[in-house]
Amino acid sequence: MATDKQTKIRTKTQGGVTDVLVLVSHPMETGQRPDPKDKDKKVPAHYIQKMTFSLNGKEVAATDLGPAVSKDPLIGIKLKGAKPGDKIKVAWSDNKGESASEEATIS
Amino acid sequence: MKKIFLFMIVLGVFAATSPAAIADPATDLKNFQVFFKKKFPTVPFDEYSNGLYALPGFEVYKEQWTMYNEFPPFELGLAIGKKIWETPFKNGKTYASCFKNGGKNIAQGYPYWDETTQKVHTAEMDLNACLKKNGEPEFTDLDKNEAVRVRLAELTAYFYSLSQGQRVKLDVSSPGAVKAYEEGKKFWWQRRGQLHFACANCHMDLAGKNFGGNQPLSAALGHTTAWPAQRLEWGRLETIHQRYKTCNSQVRAKPFKHGSEVYNNLQFYETYMSSGLPLTAPAMRN
Repeated sequence: MATDKQTKIRTKTQGGVTDVLVLVSHPMETGQRPDPKDKDKKVPAHYIQKMTFSLNGKEVAATDLGPAVSKDPLIGIKLKGAKPGDKIKVAWSDNKGESASEEATIS
Repeated sequence: MKKIFLFMIVLGVFAATSPAAIADPATDLKNFQVFFKKKFPTVPFDEYSNGLYALPGFEVYKEQWTMYNEFPPFELGLAIGKKIWETPFKNGKTYASCFKNGGKNIAQGYPYWDETTQKVHTAEMDLNACLKKNGEPEFTDLDKNEAVRVRLAELTAYFYSLSQGQRVKLDVSSPGAVKAYEEGKKFWWQRRGQLHFACANCHMDLAGKNFGGNQPLSAALGHTTAWPAQRLEWGRLETIHQRYKTCNSQVRAKPFKHGSEVYNNLQFYETYMSSGLPLTAPAMRN
């Protein structure tokens, strides 16, 4: 059923600073967890490695994530000088080569 | 403690002196809500919908909860629930076709007493019945299969979210409903498990206190309004029956089955006790 990965963005501007929050549905497997079905095996690692934020097409922030980040991570940045109507784009890619991006308008 | 004993004595006297009026849900409801009004005089009635975060002494938890609510993680699950709700069955109909008013603003009447089947019906049951009616595979094996149960919880969460803000209003007028209500009430007040706790011990007598370190105990009033909810500990949306099960095993009692009549009746009783509170489901909980 509907298990496709979701990326959700929420923005809030206060006093010239915009909070951009990103919620991604992602398993973030470390590769260290034993497989519940077969104890000799481990669940293969699957985590987000790179996440970039761009404002109106120009990259403003990039982060390197790793296996230490929790499942379904919530990641936020603070932006200065973003105007209402500006487009913020978030793109991520993981170690299995999966990637996704999502765009939102700053309100 | 004195107050609690007094409350129990009053209940006892009430039950002893008027055997004909044992089944009087309206009086129970009044006593129940007055109990919390006296216990937490500073908490406004509607605030009980926010569970333990409304209680004095839990400001730290409330602060954390408020932060979570800026971008609550259950939105991911809720979006999946919405998708399931809107995806048509093979015959072209959707879940909305099985419910009055397309499923909107009706969850405040759940769970309800059904005269034809002589059973309490929960939202989960009705969603499953809708699948059956339309020839689709039902959500089964809810006790063991977490993935299926979480899907059902997400779907139920979306169903409840369509009625957000509606005030709980249950009908317990028929004799059958009163009987189910009494069953639920019995469960609520009955001690169980190796720790020998009744629901009422933790969620009435000890409500507002921390249990065994950092397990905050919520007030029973408003329990059901937030479910299906996402607990920080679980990190996913779950049904209220799953919570009952874990609650039972926490007092070292053998849990009943998901969707069993015992839990249906308990949910019926508990929801009735929260009559008048607005629905807030889905929500974050500790």
